[in-house]
Amino acid sequence: MAEVSNHFLEVKKIDSFYSQIQALEGVDLYIDKGEIVTLIGSNGAGKSTTLKSISGQVRPKNGSIIFDGQEISKFQAHKTALLGIAQVPEGRRIFPRLTVRENLQIGAFSVKDKHVIAERMERVFNYFPRLKERLNQKGGTMSGGEQQMLAIGRALMMKPKLLMLDEPSMGLAPIIVEQIFDIIKEMNEEGMTILLVEQNAYQALQIADRGYVIQTGQIVLDGNGDELMKNEQVRAAYLA
Amino acid sequence: MLAHIIQNLPQVLIDGLTLGVVYAVVAIGYTMVYGILELINFAHGDVFMTGAFMGAIVLFLLMGMGFLAALPAILVFIIVIVIAAIATGLLGVGIERVAYRPLRKKNAPKLIALITSIGISFVLEDLVRFIAELKTGNYIVTAPPMFNHKFTLNLHSALPFFNNATFQSSFLLVLIVTIIMLIALDLFVNKTKWGMAMRAVAQDRDTASLMTINVNRVISVTFFIGSALGGATGVLFMIQYGTIDPYIGFVLGIKAFTAAVLGGIGNIRGAMFGGVMLGLLEMFAASNLSIITHGAMGAEYKDVFAFIILILVLIFKPEGLFGKAVVEKV
Ligand SMILES: Nc1ncnc2c1ncn2[C@@H]1O[C@H](COP(=O)(O)OP(=O)(O)OP(=O)(O)O)[C@@H](O)[C@H]1O
Ligand SMILES: [Mg+2]
Repeated sequence: MAEVSNHFLEVKKIDSFYSQIQALEGVDLYIDKGEIVTLIGSNGAGKSTTLKSISGQVRPKNGSIIFDGQEISKFQAHKTALLGIAQVPEGRRIFPRLTVRENLQIGAFSVKDKHVIAERMERVFNYFPRLKERLNQKGGTMSGGEQQMLAIGRALMMKPKLLMLDEPSMGLAPIIVEQIFDIIKEMNEEGMTILLVEQNAYQALQIADRGYVIQTGQIVLDGNGDELMKNEQVRAAYLA
Repeated sequence: MLAHIIQNLPQVLIDGLTLGVVYAVVAIGYTMVYGILELINFAHGDVFMTGAFMGAIVLFLLMGMGFLAALPAILVFIIVIVIAAIATGLLGVGIERVAYRPLRKKNAPKLIALITSIGISFVLEDLVRFIAELKTGNYIVTAPPMFNHKFTLNLHSALPFFNNATFQSSFLLVLIVTIIMLIALDLFVNKTKWGMAMRAVAQDRDTASLMTINVNRVISVTFFIGSALGGATGVLFMIQYGTIDPYIGFVLGIKAFTAAVLGGIGNIRGAMFGGVMLGLLEMFAASNLSIITHGAMGAEYKDVFAFIILILVLIFKPEGLFGKAVVEKV
């Protein structure tokens, strides 16, 4: 069955399970090229599961996911990544005993050309100069904020077409969160398509073009950033 | 008493080192698989044993074709060890594919995989025994002698507190080849892209897959390398000790596993160190137990001695001597 979509990424009515437990129920969303879209919701709503379903870490039981004109819902995670979808996982998931340099190099695992890898690394240093000073430090010994920068840097090493971030603000001081969000915005302005999962709804909606609200595995609201920010339900539930 | 112990020291070092490097390479096979899958692959000792038999088969074939006499021994050796290593490497990959991967797909508990590996261990032993008996009428096989030139180290005249020590040329072969393997592996793991992928998969498999790493392929590569090294060591064992049977992998496997635990399971350099240390301890015990205990215990208690050391280490340092690098779950 050939699927068609007018969008860069389109998730159509997916149901995802963890063994018997259903985590997603008919989730629909799309992203167009160059957009920054946010998915907000409270703990356990299914935000991470949505990202994992797109990236191939969880295989949806029903529905389809079309990326760049290709049905990818049955792809293994490494295949999806090869297509240009990068996921910065929740909790950063830095390889603790690889050095910062190795953590970055592994992001470009599929790239053979050493010059290309070096170029990309320079680009990452432009966003996160701090990483350059820490190249030989073990990833696991970095501070929380540094690890988040490294996790984003590692994903950028893939030069992804779509960057998905899972709660990049988690556990970080407000000033660091601000920095990270500025950089997310900057990357988007330079053309990167971004799907941003956040509990920090206020900041996410501020930089997003559009947003979706997920509740117990279902999308319950969507709209552009300003609309959602003004929405009574959203205000009550997430911006209190 | 001390004088006796010192007299024997050179010989203990030679014999202990030979055994120790064998343990070290086999221990790496356990530790690599554990590091990546948290699985104690009990079949690994029997992969080592199968390597010894494959080496013997190739050696007999070459002998039958007259190559043993015609070619330089070292060339014959290289042919034998390379073929046996590749064959056991593929065997390891096959075992993982057929037995462990389906369990992993189903998220089966680790205990199931462990029991499976014990099952495979028996299958390999019986299979090799069956084939050996079919071909030779006996499951104990004596390989054609190679590298059995004897050397004596005349230490006594220069250093009167030492006895002379003897060794065969195969000792040098074992030492050189294992050291080459250990260094090559260390470089592979720490300096190459696939080695880095292997470490990444060991640290966080799910995240590694997000980095375009095909995790199943990395696991296959791990099994290939661990098994090939184990099989090659089987060939060295055959050449060093001459006689092999289908059960040599059992005790040796447990010792090598012990060595891996001693060094901190999951840690490759720890396994190397643990292996050499265990070999030295064991030979030290074999040579000196009867002296130390005034004849109450003979060399046959060497294993007890080695395991007591292990238990002591684990009581005071349960994570092994280099245990820091054991897979810590994020
Ligand atoms: N590995 C798992 N096994 C079983 N159930 C899981 C697993 N991961 C998530 N779930 C369940 O699936 C549902 C959705 O979880 P998910 O991680 O997608 O939520 P989330 O929106 O990302 O929450 P949070 O903001 O806390 O990260 C939850 O009910 C959760 O308990
Ligand atoms: Mg989550």
